[in-house]
Amino acid sequence: MSNHSPSTNLQSHFADAAQQADAAKLGMWLFLVTEILLFGGLFVAYAIYRAWYPEMFFNAHEYLDITLGATNTVVLITSSVTMALAIRSIQLDKKKQCMNYLIITVVLACVFLVIKYFEYEHKFHLGQLPGKFYTFEGIEGTNPHIFFSIYFAMTGLHGFHVIGGIGFITWLITRVKRNAFSSAYYTPVEMAGLYWHLVDLIWIFLFPLLYLIS
Amino acid sequence: MSDSKNNTIHILPLSLYLSIGSILLVLTAITVWVGVSFDFGPINLIVAMLIAATKATLVALYFMHLKYDSKVYLSLFIGGILFLAIFIVFTMLDTMRRQDIYEIKGTPLNNMAEMYQGLSTVDSISDSTDVSTDVSTIFTDTIQTDTTQQSSDIKID
Repeated sequence: MSNHSPSTNLQSHFADAAQQADAAKLGMWLFLVTEILLFGGLFVAYAIYRAWYPEMFFNAHEYLDITLGATNTVVLITSSVTMALAIRSIQLDKKKQCMNYLIITVVLACVFLVIKYFEYEHKFHLGQLPGKFYTFEGIEGTNPHIFFSIYFAMTGLHGFHVIGGIGFITWLITRVKRNAFSSAYYTPVEMAGLYWHLVDLIWIFLFPLLYLIS
Repeated sequence: MSDSKNNTIHILPLSLYLSIGSILLVLTAITVWVGVSFDFGPINLIVAMLIAATKATLVALYFMHLKYDSKVYLSLFIGGILFLAIFIVFTMLDTMRRQDIYEIKGTPLNNMAEMYQGLSTVDSISDSTDVSTDVSTIFTDTIQTDTTQQSSDIKID
């Protein structure tokens, strides 16, 4: 990577730093739209099977712990706030503060995964596994294994995104530590923010759809 | 840096982020409260989705800065949501209204997961195609391990 200008990381094929930042943001938004469509397929699968087997969905969802789900929602929303504040800090050139916010964001993301681990562990223990691995016998209704296939596919894909986010933000922390960003150039921090907010946004829909079925 | 007029940095006040965050947490509490305490039937789903959509809008407008950024990003985002909406609405129209045209009788895959045992999915699909039309391939999940027993699941007038 040839940095023509160390302060703004301006690449030679862009006219100025503003154009470069706009291009990066446009690319990021395109990526986020593909992410929405990726999860969209799973939301459609959810909608079809919930429409086909409403009673089974209700009976199966009772085995999800609303307290843990709601706690995870709060954790993720809080991490979204700290991520947004990290961007604000770097805009104000407060690098130390930015790093602290990023660290809090990563810690909250890890808390999310730990809670998710306990939820998964409990379901593994009961045999509420997806598809042909399903061995639980306590749920009334047609095809309860489908609910858990969808549950694990949706929360699992979301979980992988959380893991990806942790990697992304951890990398940012090392970059901030090396003084790579300033108010003149913080595009990677902003991109990580957009990504992290999308992960939060998807969970905002997953939580009521999976945990709060009536 | 910020002298370029189409890329002014919007540094939002700390209080804005904190109040949006608080609103999101309050809305989470409301959605849990409504979901646990009330049973309005299908209205519950609508209420939960409206609250989720409100939260998503707040996240997108303020945390993702769509309200302040170039409207190109907002149009991309809305465009994505629009295509997702088309995907969901048309699929649901199909799966919920198809019985108006065909007589469809859904059957359980099986009580539990044993239905997958000894069943090659490739075989089941090729078996199903000679049962009726290609409509049946869409309903492969109604095909039992014993295809001879249930071969007339899908009747087409």
